[in-house]
Amino acid sequence: MTAIAEPPAHRGARLVAIHRAGDIIPPAVAFFGAVAVWEVVARVLGLKQFILPRPLAIFAAWQANLPELLGATTYTLGEILGGLVIGAVAGILVGGATARFARVRASLLPFAIAANAVPIIAFAPIFNNWFGVDSQFSKAMIAAVLVFFPVMINTVRGLLAVDPAALELMRSYAAPEVRVFRSVRIPNALPFVFTALRVATTLATIGAIVAEYFAAPRGSLGQYIATQSAFLAFERSWAAIIFAAAIGIGLYLLVVALERLVSPWAGARDATT
Amino acid sequence: MTVPAPPSPRAGPPAGEAVVRLSGVSMVFGGDGSAGKRVEALRDIDLAIGRGEFISLIGPSGCGKSTLLRIVGDLIVPSAGTVTVNDKPARRARLDRDYGMVFQAPVLFDWRTVQKNVELPLEIIGTPRAGREAKAREMLELVELADFAAQRPWQLSGGMQQRVAIARALALDPAILLMDEPFGALDEMTRERMNLELHRIWARTGTTVIFVTHSIPEAVFLSTRVVVMSPRPGRITKVVPIDLPRERTVETREMARYFQLVTEVREALRAPEGDPADGASS
Repeated sequence: MTAIAEPPAHRGARLVAIHRAGDIIPPAVAFFGAVAVWEVVARVLGLKQFILPRPLAIFAAWQANLPELLGATTYTLGEILGGLVIGAVAGILVGGATARFARVRASLLPFAIAANAVPIIAFAPIFNNWFGVDSQFSKAMIAAVLVFFPVMINTVRGLLAVDPAALELMRSYAAPEVRVFRSVRIPNALPFVFTALRVATTLATIGAIVAEYFAAPRGSLGQYIATQSAFLAFERSWAAIIFAAAIGIGLYLLVVALERLVSPWAGARDATT
Repeated sequence: MTVPAPPSPRAGPPAGEAVVRLSGVSMVFGGDGSAGKRVEALRDIDLAIGRGEFISLIGPSGCGKSTLLRIVGDLIVPSAGTVTVNDKPARRARLDRDYGMVFQAPVLFDWRTVQKNVELPLEIIGTPRAGREAKAREMLELVELADFAAQRPWQLSGGMQQRVAIARALALDPAILLMDEPFGALDEMTRERMNLELHRIWARTGTTVIFVTHSIPEAVFLSTRVVVMSPRPGRITKVVPIDLPRERTVETREMARYFQLVTEVREALRAPEGDPADGASS
């Protein structure tokens, strides 16, 4: 598992920032160019469908199975969103308590950092057993645990990585601890938290889909991909993967947009300096 | 602008009315049992600072001048000795918000506009919004940055940021302004301009200032008295009264007396004087 995202955060955000309509043209050309090359090469080399389906075949499968794919996407998206919300809220709350109370920090933080290095996805069959094989909740919980650790650790870091001079300043004003949290620590932590949340969107998507590979109802993205692959209907698997990718990218952009909304100064500052 | 009363005109040691009194202040870091080797930072400091004075603390790196400033501001508790500010213990003075602090870095918050940065101390003491906004605007006018109120700190130059920090430090009308090498990070040209600016602000507000600096010309230009400190353990080796005309201008830096005083401070800094008792070699 990846996980602990590095602090000043906005490089990634800026990578996908599209400022003018003209900025869209180069990546669009690159994308459709690559797809065209893929189509041509697959035809010329006569690649078998079950090795690498051609883009047009994938598109056809996509169209033919749209209702089913949309249903599966909605089902899995529910798990991912549930996991994101549960994991992020818990991570921020526990992270806040950990930063606030030195004793909690001393006893909890080493375990959090260790847990962050554990391949949590390996617990998927166990979670299925605990929370129900065909329930959305078991997948949401796997996603939540994956999300929890990076969010918690980055929350702690952001709350603690405050300029010592800022703390001296607040002390010289005899500011109470609550005020220091509100005016210094929390705003300071926001970029750290959002960095973690961006990683979290990817982790939650991976977590939910992989957990579905092990066991889930037919109408879920993970089971759809696994089943179609078992029948060698790879163009359908690819069609489903397009939806999975759309979820991942969409959630990522959602977090970027949310960050701009919550801490507009950070993006603006990084764009100028 | 509420306090037009000029500070006491003379530079000499203050008579009766002292804002700050340090007596027998010593500071030892580490030592008794705790980890790290024992470092004696300050030894037996006595100093009285009169209302409206501008005192510079100058000395070699590591002589404890910043430590002394922090002791006055109750950010550090001394190992021995007493500090009174307005006849109160330093801690009481801090809780009463008698201090304004300016650090080497401006320490402005990017998530606040310039205006909101200046309002911060007023928010802490619970000033209602209208009063906060008016006072912050007044302070920004004082440092001549009223036009930049809506900007973010990173949009300003280093010198402007430091002026915002000064505006913030003055927002509570502090009894004493503590400045820790506030212009140390600025280039020479900006620094000289900031010195003029600070002098103007000081003359207008009548605030008592303690100013830590490495720069002899800066200390002489701004101060009513320059306090020269020895290498560690820091002691006061000399107090040089600055008897230049009260109002300091660009011409001040060209006066013969100014050069004499600069030389006097430089020689005081160079004087061997140190009894090589301990600490010095490490």
